[in-house]
Order: sequence, then structure tokens, then C-alpha cells
Amino acid sequence: MINRPDPHEETYWLDDPRNVNRLVYGFYVVCGLLLAIDVFVPKHSPFVIEHTFAFYGVFGFVACVALVLIAKELRRILMRPEDHYDR
Amino acid sequence: MIVELSPGLILICGGLLAPLLPTRLRPWLMIVLPFVAFAHILALPHGEFGRVQVMGLSLITLRVDGLSLLFGYIFLIAAFLGGLYALHVRDTAQHSAALIYAGSALGAVFAGDLVTLFFFWEGIAAASVFLIWAARTEHAYRAGMRYIVMQIGSGVLLLTGILIHYWHTGSLNFGVIGLASPAGLLILVAFGIKCAFPLLHTWLPDSYPEATASGTVLLSSFTTKVAVYALARSYAGTDILVPIGAVMTAFPIFYAVIENDLRRVLAYSLNNQLGFMVVGIGIGTELALNGAAAHAFAHILYKGLLFMSMGAVLFRVGTVKGSELGGLYKSMPYTTGFCLVGAASISAFPLFSGFVTKSMVISAAMEGGYFWTWLVLLFASAGVFHHAGIKIPYFAFFAHDSRKRCKEAPAHMLVAMAIAAVLCIGIGSFPSLLYSVLPFNSTYDPYSLDHVVAQVQLLFLSALAFTLLVRSGIYPPELRSTNLDFDWFYRKPGRGLAVAIGRIADDAWRGLTAIGAWTAHRALGLIEQAHGPGGILARTWRTGAMAFWATMMLAAYLVLSYLRS
Repeated sequence: MINRPDPHEETYWLDDPRNVNRLVYGFYVVCGLLLAIDVFVPKHSPFVIEHTFAFYGVFGFVACVALVLIAKELRRILMRPEDHYDR
Repeated sequence: MIVELSPGLILICGGLLAPLLPTRLRPWLMIVLPFVAFAHILALPHGEFGRVQVMGLSLITLRVDGLSLLFGYIFLIAAFLGGLYALHVRDTAQHSAALIYAGSALGAVFAGDLVTLFFFWEGIAAASVFLIWAARTEHAYRAGMRYIVMQIGSGVLLLTGILIHYWHTGSLNFGVIGLASPAGLLILVAFGIKCAFPLLHTWLPDSYPEATASGTVLLSSFTTKVAVYALARSYAGTDILVPIGAVMTAFPIFYAVIENDLRRVLAYSLNNQLGFMVVGIGIGTELALNGAAAHAFAHILYKGLLFMSMGAVLFRVGTVKGSELGGLYKSMPYTTGFCLVGAASISAFPLFSGFVTKSMVISAAMEGGYFWTWLVLLFASAGVFHHAGIKIPYFAFFAHDSRKRCKEAPAHMLVAMAIAAVLCIGIGSFPSLLYSVLPFNSTYDPYSLDHVVAQVQLLFLSALAFTLLVRSGIYPPELRSTNLDFDWFYRKPGRGLAVAIGRIADDAWRGLTAIGAWTAHRALGLIEQAHGPGGILARTWRTGAMAFWATMMLAAYLVLSYLRS
């Protein structure tokens, strides 16, 4: 069922790293715009913290970086060879 | 006239009769029967039906209200989609098990009393394990064994709880139970095992990734959601569920980030999504309960869709390990698209189903002033996007090209995925359709400006974190590995302890039998000494000796009678 790609296979748009970079830079711009419009959005939350500038954006960014770094450290404690339970 | 029959029994009967049908027709049962059951529940008015007297207990086998109907609808949709997805399967055991499993889940949500609930509760456990064993691998067999032990354990606790509850209250009604009595605690733990509460959760990421491609789709739909339904029935507003649910949303995502098997990643994110529902039930307001029920509904669809897309990869490529995959969008463009819809839905992007349901729970936490819970839920929302929304499609379909080329998923799988994807977008874009069937009247509007901007910011900046971490090489690579979870305690030291106890018991037994054998040997020796050839009691005595001893006895008798007087 699984075949190796044949050398004459068409190349895809995403195969070109320059296109990937274009996408990524476009994405950075969108993120910047999202943070910028935060000033114009009225806030209704009962929690004061939500009224700080771009709370959700900053929180999401920090949360994900923390998540990945902690999970990476957890590997030291938790990671075992694939056949750990078969031995 | 209404037929007072639990809709679950329609599917269960189908499951029992399936082996009698010709092989070609068998897969169609799972497609046709959900429609029959659907027509049946549509015709039912609200109320309690199907009263049966068994051993002096009066049972209500069919209770119809807003909550049971909502779960009934989604279970039938899930059964139909699961059946369609499994159309290629030629395995009687799987067809029967799937029908009995779906039927039991349906029966459980329409149960009006605890005994009927228990009956279907065990049906769910017994039928579902065959979907795991159907993979026919050593790992699946062992994981299935661990799974069935936990599930039966849940059943035993439930039965014990029901008996104590009946003894205390004299009622078998499947309604509010609460934690006032020990019975309430037992039943909560029974529900908690099936709902994968923290530390009781290990059966879920252990077994679901071992089942067949189509089996996992069904497993992800029923077992845990029956538990969510039962919690909503009996423990709405129980405070302890709020922290329990919050922990459930947060801790599995750490595992999901470092897990290599992508179906196991989905199992961890399933656990995380259950946490949102449990928090909603714990808060217990109308908005929160509506949110929990709606989220269960949406969750079954998008989680099923994600498992279907990974199942298709497993079916075509033979593995779903992140370390082996990548670049599959070239071979499976449609599957990629459907996976992205599922990913957007679980991540709660605006216009996708998770957005309009999860936000009800988060809003309820906010309104109730649960600040820390709210913060944990936000963290979990970012986290679930991170591992289920980005990691799953990224490592399977994009990332570095694994240079694996395969065929697109079979047509019936694509159709099942397409229907699920349309439903995900439909619910997200027209939430009033779902809101109109929720148990409480809802005036909730998810599409306020601040809410949409907040959610989009949260998601995009989470994605930004992922992008930067991957491009800077900090992101942990996918590695072939096993990550230790709580089940390590019983699979390694627990197993060692059991083996040690077994060995001690074995030694003790051997010692005891040795002592017994020695004693018996001694006794036999003594008997032989007396009765054996040449033994004192086996000798042939002369008549004179006999007469002598008879005289002696009579003399002794005479002496004793003198002494007495």
C-alpha cells in the first residue's frame, strides 16, 4: 500500500521553503493585528485581569511555551523505551 | 400508541442477530438500525414508560426528557457514522460488539432507574472490550484485559452503591444522588472510573489507541459520555467535581505534548475535554449544565472525526506514530482537510462546534466567580489547541515529508468524515440548532465581539508559540517511547508486588503441604507399626492369651466396682 514517491512526482507548493516562510510571516502579521485591535474591544469580564491589554493573547502564548517546556522536562522523568512494559 | 421499548434494545437485538445474517448484509445493520431507533425516539413523548416488576422492584426502563433525548440523538448519529466508517470490516465479532455496545449506551441514557442503568452499564463494558481485542495483537489483548478489569470494577462499585442507596432510601430512581451518604460516594467513584477522573483515567489512554481503526471511533463516543450523562443526572452542582474537572482538563495535555502515538494523543485530549464537561456539571447552573451537555454533543462529533482521520492513516499507512509520519497531505488530501476541521472544532475556533459549546462552560465558571478554575480552563483551551489542534495534523500530514505515499482513505470513510465535518461546522455556525435541544432554555450568545476576539487571540498566539518553538528547534521531537502514567504503579511495582505475594503464598503452600505430607506419612507409619504385618494388633493371638486378657478386664471391672462403693 505504501509506495516510495517517484522522482518525477509533481512538487507541491508547500515543498518550497520560501512559500512556508511567506505563510509564517503572514501569520506573524495577523498575530500583530490581533493584538493591535485589542484596544478597541470592550471588556465585560468580572475578573480584573482580563481587562489588561491583550490578556488572552499573552496568556495563550505564555501558557503554550510553559506547557511545552514543562512537558519537555517531564520527559526526563517519564520517558522510557517503547517496549518498557513488554520486558 | 407508543411502543414502550428502550431504543437501546433495537440495536442490542440487531447485535445478537447479526451473526445469523449473510456476511454482505451484516455491516449494514449498524447503518440501518440507528435510523429505526431514531424514528422510535422521535415518536416518544416526554415521560416515564416501560415499567417492569422484577423481584418486587419496580423498574422504569424508558425515561424520556430533554437530557436523555439529547444524548440519544448524538449516540445514534455516532453509531451511524461509526457504522458507515466501518463498512469495510468483515468481522462478525466487531459488528455484534459494536451494535450491543451502542445499544447499551443508548439504553443507559434512557434508563429511569438504577438497576436498568446497571444492566446497560455492564453491557457497555462487556461489549466494548471486544472492539479492543478485535485488533488481535498482544498489546491489544493485554490492554483489553486491564480495560475490562477497570470497567467491571466500576460496575461492582455501582452495584454496591445501588444496594446501599436502596437500603437507605428505598428508592431506585436514577435521579439526584449527591454525596450525603456512603452510597453516593461509591456511585460517584463508579461513574468516575468510566469518566476517567484523575488517577482512575489510565484505562483510557492505555486501551483506546490499541483498538481497531473503526473500533476506537466508537469507543471514543460512548463509554465516557454515558458517564458524563450519569454525572449530570445524579451529581449536578456537586462542588468537588469542579476541581476534579479542572485537573482533568490540565494534566493530560502535558502527556499529549510528548506522546508519539497520535491516537494516544487524541485519547489524552479526550480526557482533557471530559474535564470541561465535569467542571460544567460541578458548577451546576443552568448555563453550566447546558454547556456540559452541549459540549458532550459537539465533542462526540469532532473527537470521532479526529479518530476517523487517524484511523484512516492507520488503515492506509499501518502506523499512527508521529515519528514515522509526515507529508501525508500529498497522498490523503481529503483526510487532511477533514482532520483540520476536527482540529479547528476541538480547538474551539469561531464557526466550529467547540467554540459554541466550550465557551458556555467557561462563561459559567466566570459568572460563578471561579477564578482559578477559569484560569485553568483557559490554559487547557490553549493547550488542547496546541496538541490536538496543531500537533495532530502537523505531524501526521505536514512536518517533514516521511516520503510515505499511499492511497486516499476509502470512499465510505471519507463520506463518514465528511458528514461529521459538516455537522461540526453546522453546529459552530448555526448554534441555535443545538441550543434548541438543550435540557434548559438557553439565551446564550457565543458570538459577541469581545468573546470572538479573545478566543482568536488566545488561539493565534498559542499557534505563534508553537511556530516559534518548532522553528527554533526547542520543540521536543517525536520520539519512539513510552511515557509513564499512573498505571505504572500497578503495571510495574504493583505487578512485582503481586508476583512477590504470589511467590510467598506459593512457598507457604508448599511448606504447608510438606508438613501435611510428613504428618500423614508419620501417622501411616504408626498405623503400620500397629496393624501392619508383624504389628502388635495384627498378630494372630492364641486362645489362652485372649482368655487371660478377658479375665484381666473382668478383674479390673471388679476392682473398680469395689472402689466405687
